[in-house]
Amino acid sequence: MDTGTVLRNLLTLAWLLPLAGFVAEIYALQLRWSHRLSKAPAQLAVACIGAGFICSLSALLYWGSATNWEAWSPQHHGHHADAGHDTGHADAHHDADAAPADAMHPADGADVAAHADDSHDKAEAHHPKFYAGTFYRLAKFGSLDFTLDWYIDSLTLVMFTMVTFIATCIHLFAMGYMKDELTEEYEDHEVHLPGGHHFTRPGRFHRFFAFLSLFCFSMLGLVLAGNIFQVFIFWELVGVCSFLLIGFYVERHSASTAANKAFIMNRVGDFGFLIGLMILITSLGTFRFFDSVENGVEQTGLFTLVRGNDGQLDVSDAPSAVNSVVYLRDSQGHRLVDGTQPRTISYMLLIAAGLGVFAGSIGKSAQFPLQTWLPDAMEGPTPVSALVHSATMVAAGVYLAGRFYPMFPPEVLLGIAYIGCITAFLAATIAIVATDIKKVLAYSTISQLGYMMLGIGVGGWSAGLFHLVTHAFFKSLMFLASGSVIAGCHHEQDMRKMGGLRHKMPITAYTMLIGVIAIAGLAIPGSAALFGQPIAFSGFHSKDAIVATALAFTELNPNSLHSILFIVPLVTAGITAFYMFRLWFMTFAGQPRDEHVYEHAHENPPIMTMPLLILSVLAAGCALGGEEGWLFSLISYSESFPLHAALSSHRVTDIVIPSHPDVLRVHGTAGGLALLAAFAGMIVAYLLYCRKVVNPDDIRRQAGGVYDFLVDKWRFDTLYDAAFVRPAHSVAYWCQAFDKTVLDVVLHASAAVTVVVARWERLFDEGMVDGLVNLVGNTTTSFGRSLRVVQTGQLRQYIMWIAVGVVVLFAALYTTLPK
Amino acid sequence: MEPVGLNAFLMVGAIMFVCGIVCMAIKRNAIGVLMGVELVLNGANLNFVAFARYTPFGLDGQIFALFVIVLAAAEAAVALAIALNFYNNHLTIDVDRGNELQG
Repeated sequence: MDTGTVLRNLLTLAWLLPLAGFVAEIYALQLRWSHRLSKAPAQLAVACIGAGFICSLSALLYWGSATNWEAWSPQHHGHHADAGHDTGHADAHHDADAAPADAMHPADGADVAAHADDSHDKAEAHHPKFYAGTFYRLAKFGSLDFTLDWYIDSLTLVMFTMVTFIATCIHLFAMGYMKDELTEEYEDHEVHLPGGHHFTRPGRFHRFFAFLSLFCFSMLGLVLAGNIFQVFIFWELVGVCSFLLIGFYVERHSASTAANKAFIMNRVGDFGFLIGLMILITSLGTFRFFDSVENGVEQTGLFTLVRGNDGQLDVSDAPSAVNSVVYLRDSQGHRLVDGTQPRTISYMLLIAAGLGVFAGSIGKSAQFPLQTWLPDAMEGPTPVSALVHSATMVAAGVYLAGRFYPMFPPEVLLGIAYIGCITAFLAATIAIVATDIKKVLAYSTISQLGYMMLGIGVGGWSAGLFHLVTHAFFKSLMFLASGSVIAGCHHEQDMRKMGGLRHKMPITAYTMLIGVIAIAGLAIPGSAALFGQPIAFSGFHSKDAIVATALAFTELNPNSLHSILFIVPLVTAGITAFYMFRLWFMTFAGQPRDEHVYEHAHENPPIMTMPLLILSVLAAGCALGGEEGWLFSLISYSESFPLHAALSSHRVTDIVIPSHPDVLRVHGTAGGLALLAAFAGMIVAYLLYCRKVVNPDDIRRQAGGVYDFLVDKWRFDTLYDAAFVRPAHSVAYWCQAFDKTVLDVVLHASAAVTVVVARWERLFDEGMVDGLVNLVGNTTTSFGRSLRVVQTGQLRQYIMWIAVGVVVLFAALYTTLPK
Repeated sequence: MEPVGLNAFLMVGAIMFVCGIVCMAIKRNAIGVLMGVELVLNGANLNFVAFARYTPFGLDGQIFALFVIVLAAAEAAVALAIALNFYNNHLTIDVDRGNELQG
């Protein structure tokens, strides 16, 4: 078996195991495999996702050994850097070759592997950049082809390993967190019934784990998908799982509303996604990412169509961007022709498609202006917040932006950068004033997702996705720690009632501190000079990479507006450090604010603290080595095209995307400034919430307007309420009035007319139709009755009649017949 | 001696037929009715045979006559059985008493 087949089989197994788990768990009660008090569904879910993790990890290691671990060390950056100088030089050469027909998917398109065919000295580097192929063809209508594909590169492998690992930890944590549900009579204290009672219902332990398993299946399917349509399918599936899990406590009004809100706001983004898909299929005719060979004919994939074999957009000379077109090319870099006309796509259409697909990302990743659903989504159980709404699903938007990166023209990238920039700042400011421990983390998630988008938008593809992975670890850690606090404090989420909890729950407190330090991006100052590289937790490295790329971008594009792309993330880094330490100090340090909560607080059992310990190790150390380390190298190995080279010679816009040397040059400056901002934020938090130099309440009173504005979440909910919800309500009100006053009257009148007509019809039926039928019947009866008397029973009389009859007949015939 | 013509046969047949009919109509004894039936059948038979002899229809009439004789034998057997049963039920064979099937 070749490497691609092995990887495909391992990842497919990891992908499908949770689906099997879901089916078994959701039917467990109906089929009497299990009962409501059994932990078996949770154990099954953990087994499925744990086995998935083992498969993913073995796939990652197998791929590593098959490629001689060349992706694990930073050497491969070399050719990217070189290519930055000699632009136009063919760098990544896509070479499609048909593998022997595979029994699993005959004739559906052969496996494809692209070779990183370096044009300079590294002759031995012939390992494919990615492996791809087709599982199954769903339907084919003419040239329209709907298939289930797979696409495996280092990013897929890293995402698989990360998702399955975090999911395993969270499943374990949830076994402890959700144990209240292991009952026949669960009393929901948040639902008040009339009469002062609480709502009770049977526990839903098995259903929770079934939904988690379904989510894992959908998320892994999204990562494995080999065409954009398939991504969309799983995109919707994770949306459904998110809906089900936010609304897990469906009887609570807030939870069901939050679930609806999340689903509806995602629809807004998905509408853009659909428009993007329609543009792609009508102009490019394919959804596939990769080139495939079918019946000996090469089917060019999306990336090659737009980027050719050298990463360039082949744009026509035109006076303005509106009129210019992009020539579509094949894997040899030749322009494709349709008859004699070259195949093209309008440049504006390409921008529209990119913005459309990115609109999907905006919805899923809760970016400005669709960010308001994510804080409300915290109504779901905390493990759900950790898995779905911080580490994986919301990061799917960033993953999509990363996966679809070659399709984005520079204008779209700039839009992504600005959206990310606005989101990062906006969410960070709201997090300052949030008092619900989960809400702070939710806004921090939005802010960090904005960072990732910003990183991708300014050309730091690897930096953005690097931050995606590190963020997944430390944010899931912090969410689980907050879940541990909530469970330990008997479902108290208000930080104003906490304080001093580190004495009661030390493991939770110090693992959380690791997460806080990681997200704040703190490092030991001067350690870079002493040890050659900074000593810091993962968040420092990834945030550094983004900030450095942003600085390089602003330096290369000297425009006063673009400079906010560097200043805002820098300020946000300080704010991030401030609100994260504020959270930690308010929760774990100082004196207890509420004696009742403090008295009853307790540390949780090992099944909940073990995942915290494991995750804290990874949150601290997964980015070891920073941009020279294995994780960054592994991700950046998949950076498909040297876009910085491609875009610098671009003819439509004058945006320059920084190359790796550009970033490296400013790395020290950016890192230093970011570290300074982080320390400033931490010290301010320490002074305000630990030393109490200034009472935060005084500041709140001083800046009342700003404070209210932030507490109201920048009034976005108010705005949407006024702009969409209220108009919809008033339209609905008028529709209802119209229904009642016009439609109902018409309907009632027609009903009355029908009744009258029916009454007349009844008279007609009873009088005419029935009378006629009865008349026929009565006539027949009376005729028969009158003939009865002839039948006398007298034999001799009969004979006489016969004789008389014969005589009469004879006489009649004799007289009438002619002689 | 002058040969007897067709009309003589038809005349005898008609007299037998009318005698049979009258016998059936006036006899109250079931056996008498049966005898009337025999007269009617044999009157008709006489006509068949006479027509077979005096017309160019050939043997058809004679074969019909044979069939009628067989039929009469069978009819007599069934009718006598009915009469016997009728007697068992009514202790008489007066056909006027057998009027249960009147309408």
